[in-house]
Amino acid sequence: MRVAYWPGCVSRGFTPELHGSMELVAPLLDIELIELDRANCCGAGVIAEHNQELVDTLNARTFAMAQQVGGSAGMMNICSTCQGAQSECQQRLDADDDYRRLINQHLRPEGLEYKRGDDWTNKNLLWLLVEEIGLEKLRERVVRPLEGLRVAPFYGCYIVRPTGRLGYGEFPDRDRYLEWVIDAVGATPVEYAGSHKCCGFPVITMNKATSLRQAGRHLADAIDADADCLVTPCPLCHLNLDLQQPDAAKFVERPLDIPVLHFPQMIGLALGLEPKELGMGKHVVRTRDVERKVAALAAV
Amino acid sequence: MPDYTLKIRRYDPESGDAAYWQDFTVDLAPERSVLDGILRARDQEDGSLSIRCSCQAAICGSCGVRINGKSALACNTKLSDAAERAQRGGINNEATSNGAIVVEPMGNMPVLKDLIVDMDAVHWKKIQRVVPWLLPEGEPPEREYIVDAEAMIDVTQSMACIQCGACVSACLSMEVDPEFIGPAALAKAYRFVGDPRDAHHEDRLRDLAEDPHGIYDCTHCFACIEVCPKDVAPMSQIMRLRRRATGDYAIKDSNNGYGHEKAFVDIVERWGTLHEAQLLPRSFGDGSLVKGQTRPAAVKQLIDSAPAALRGLARGKVSPRKVLIHPKLPDQKEVRRIYEEIEGRDERIELNLYIVGEEGEGGADDKEPVQGESGAES
Repeated sequence: MRVAYWPGCVSRGFTPELHGSMELVAPLLDIELIELDRANCCGAGVIAEHNQELVDTLNARTFAMAQQVGGSAGMMNICSTCQGAQSECQQRLDADDDYRRLINQHLRPEGLEYKRGDDWTNKNLLWLLVEEIGLEKLRERVVRPLEGLRVAPFYGCYIVRPTGRLGYGEFPDRDRYLEWVIDAVGATPVEYAGSHKCCGFPVITMNKATSLRQAGRHLADAIDADADCLVTPCPLCHLNLDLQQPDAAKFVERPLDIPVLHFPQMIGLALGLEPKELGMGKHVVRTRDVERKVAALAAV
Repeated sequence: MPDYTLKIRRYDPESGDAAYWQDFTVDLAPERSVLDGILRARDQEDGSLSIRCSCQAAICGSCGVRINGKSALACNTKLSDAAERAQRGGINNEATSNGAIVVEPMGNMPVLKDLIVDMDAVHWKKIQRVVPWLLPEGEPPEREYIVDAEAMIDVTQSMACIQCGACVSACLSMEVDPEFIGPAALAKAYRFVGDPRDAHHEDRLRDLAEDPHGIYDCTHCFACIEVCPKDVAPMSQIMRLRRRATGDYAIKDSNNGYGHEKAFVDIVERWGTLHEAQLLPRSFGDGSLVKGQTRPAAVKQLIDSAPAALRGLARGKVSPRKVLIHPKLPDQKEVRRIYEEIEGRDERIELNLYIVGEEGEGGADDKEPVQGESGAES
């Protein structure tokens, strides 16, 4: 399957292991990534806060570039925040012909146009994997079932709310896909209070206490539910849950030491890739215990 | 008629006992509401079961509860829908429900009895905090104020609020910061900031921007948008407050709200993608890299953030080169041109789907598709 691939800014910035692991995992799932290397930032909610027409134009530009990728099944992203920010713009662009025309005028000098199409979609890897590739195929490809590994899902707000904008009408189980995939790769999904809550990242520069109390609380809940690690499809969540974890521990006044995997890293482990090549050495919270468990698993 | 089991959180402060769960089975038609179920249980099984309610038609906003973990009006939720959700297995259902509909009092507010929470202690106190009345200037007119109807469209969404508290209950910022002014009160604040008759827009915005628990304490989680029974989209109103504070009045608040927005927007204008290494210092310096590295308050915040940055460097997430050099997009001039075209205009264009309606609702062509948000009134 060929997809117009939007990696986002953070996966090539402060979480380079995410983009790296996606590139390794893609061929193992028969995904051909055509990277949108001329596309711009999605605005991450911040440009939307500043000027709606601007953010809608910037994302229409990305969509238009994706629509030019011949033979692609649509656009794919690997960031909950990109998904949510782009879905918000797409909803407005699709809802009103006059508005779309107005936005497209800004793209014309570059020879671009976003065309509304019922078949054209922009899906996070999580959605694409479950809805287009299928869990059966994933199960077939698993060479190292992650048996015994207890994984706590962490979705990221932008991919779960608001349901009306994020396709939950057609796909009502999108808030359970992470559990399904964790199960499909042979691991055990852990139920805990924080899975669909906010990591706090958007206010890290504005109210550190509010931000890191959220991150710390969810990490603590996952630890209390006996999770070995968290997994998240959002690199911004990863920054608050992993990079900031030592600081978050101070805000919740208890030790925290739980690794956080990027979604493609977890899949990569089950598909036989090694922790090192998946960039797990770049995490702030050491992934040793997860690696040890994985190393002990026999390949099938 | 089918049987529905309601698993209800009970609490009676006078009993001295801790809160507990109690199951009630009611025989009602599927289209009847969860509130109908609760009232039936009260009438037939236990007269002490307490819930606040009045209109039973999603107008009075009295019967806010959490159903299967999600804040909602009990009168506005069908038993069949709630049962289907419960059967599906709960996400974060604190009770193991075995398919029962789990009903709890709203969150973020103290429980008075059973499903009744203390709205006065939290919700109404926060509403009062935002000065929820009009502050016009000068002598009042002899008759009513005359306002252009067009000018009021922008605030109709925030005026739709019925004060049920569902958003307060769901708010994830308030969960960790009880002092956060919160979604309902901030949506109410926008109702006055967007009202052309009010003469204190800037004062209101400055107050809410400078408060550490004000507009910049919202963590953008969409929980309030998801649960609001009236589509008020409180978070969107908070974003409108931010847009006015920064865009119309350039309020440089001490919470870095202005700085963060300016930093982010400027970085994308310059590079096309996010230059993360510059985001922090610029955010701490009202958007300016120089100020962000020299102003004492900014330097202190940079030092506070240094451990996280150093951890990133130590693990090879970030290289010194990446900190210093960020590549521009190949066609960055196009991104810049888009910025110039849109930011160069006086008017901000906003399409509010609450107002114009979504596609398929008919008559889209007759409606005014694009609504201009006025600039600063000053």
